[in-house]
Amino acid sequence: MGLHHTILRAVPLAHRLLVIDIAMASILLKNACVDFPIYNSSTGRSLKYHLMQAATGGLMGSNEQGHVVVKALHDICLDLKEGDRLGVLGPNGAGKSTLLRVISGVYAPTGGSIEVQGKVTSLIDLSLGMDSESTGIENIFLRGALLGYSRRWLSTKVEEIVDFAGIGNFIEMPLRTYSTGMQMRLAFSIATLQQPEILVMDEWLTVGDAEFQEKAQQRLGEIVKKTSILVIATHSPPLVEQVCNRMIKLERGVLITT
Amino acid sequence: MQRSNMFKLFKTGWRDIFTALKSYELAGVLGWQDIRQRYRRSSLGPFWLTISMGVLIGALGLVFGNLFNSPMKEFLPFLTIGLILWTLISTALNEGCTGFTAAEAMIKQISLPLFTHILRVLWRNLIIFIHNLIIYPLVLIVFWVSLPATASLAIVGLVLLMINLSWMALLLGVFCARFRDVPLIVANLLQVFFYLTPIIWMPQVLPKRANMLLLTANPFFHMIEIVRAPLLGTLPSALNWQVGILMAMAGWVFTILFYGRFRSRIAYWL
Repeated sequence: MGLHHTILRAVPLAHRLLVIDIAMASILLKNACVDFPIYNSSTGRSLKYHLMQAATGGLMGSNEQGHVVVKALHDICLDLKEGDRLGVLGPNGAGKSTLLRVISGVYAPTGGSIEVQGKVTSLIDLSLGMDSESTGIENIFLRGALLGYSRRWLSTKVEEIVDFAGIGNFIEMPLRTYSTGMQMRLAFSIATLQQPEILVMDEWLTVGDAEFQEKAQQRLGEIVKKTSILVIATHSPPLVEQVCNRMIKLERGVLITT
Repeated sequence: MQRSNMFKLFKTGWRDIFTALKSYELAGVLGWQDIRQRYRRSSLGPFWLTISMGVLIGALGLVFGNLFNSPMKEFLPFLTIGLILWTLISTALNEGCTGFTAAEAMIKQISLPLFTHILRVLWRNLIIFIHNLIIYPLVLIVFWVSLPATASLAIVGLVLLMINLSWMALLLGVFCARFRDVPLIVANLLQVFFYLTPIIWMPQVLPKRANMLLLTANPFFHMIEIVRAPLLGTLPSALNWQVGILMAMAGWVFTILFYGRFRSRIAYWL
């Protein structure tokens, strides 16, 4: 299957010019650090501390109050502009997800700074906030509200969502009666309804059966193509090659290649 | 230097709160969802709370009305409103404590104004309050009393009460995200205040000297009185209003500064 055939083409120049005209998205990290305090760990000098230091990705230390601290990101400098497609590589625990969350605005850096122009949309946890006891329709409004869609706008889109997800009459049924694939299809259809300005992804999304995947890949490819800035964390260098025009590598919270 | 720093904290705190208020629709959807989730597949839904509240009021009314020798016609409306208001206050504050910790998955995944999670708690409890409020006209009908002319003033009182509960819930939410023992302390204190505050006993039964401690110095008394008094046909005292308004202003200023300082730490504490 031509996995990302739609995005192989570089972003068309005309489109880029058009977008630049409307808004300039950018992400600027200056020496950003993220230290997680671990409150329920005993002193940092125990045996556990040494064992954990060997086992985890982030470096450990302690902060001025004597709490154990995991340094998830250290001194990250990054300057992303309109049209950048950044691939983030690195082993487990390197800080990829943390970086994505810093960019999404979940974690404010504990040191350094971040400046983001533009609205960040994260396609990481597609079914976040969905409720298995609620019907498909209710979930559309619930999930849609979390994505920042207004109720009125959503109600004009319900049909389109149901159509795209291929849910049919099941839309009136509680989500728990759906198969896992159906749930994911619905979640995907809601999440990709609007064109994001800055898109953050953890691995390339693959959703549903063969038939749906083709549709989904096409829509995702379209979105990725039109988005101003893409940041995608992945373990797959070929994906980076296909989708991205920039790449960084993280290891133990430190940027090792730019 | 000091002053500009304070100003920055205030701005940071206020920006989050303002964005949350602007996207009130989200808090509304989440709050309704909580109610729906809790009562899904039960045929009466949140009215079960109303029923159990009604039963509780009946039982307490019987015991304490007789105990304090208060005329039922006065005592029962007093008890009804007091208990319904106290339920709103205590659950809003108790659930405010877990407002952020309960939303951990959401907070760690997407960037929303964090005050939204507190608004959700407040909205959910306001919905339950409105369900419970149905008991009040029923009590009026039972004793064949008409709605007092002052009743509309209770709406102003309720708004002020909610404004006060908002900063309290937010402050507690931040605090409890960091210190996980606090919710337990708060639950305990609220239980104590339930007995200290005139809810199941009328202020008239107090000896004069106890007034100062249990009424004047008790913030919950003022918070309840500004809503309860108009519904019982009297006006809240000037002191009730003053304390209520002063608490709202001072509480919010402090909370916004505090929130501005610690807002960005909340995600780390969860």
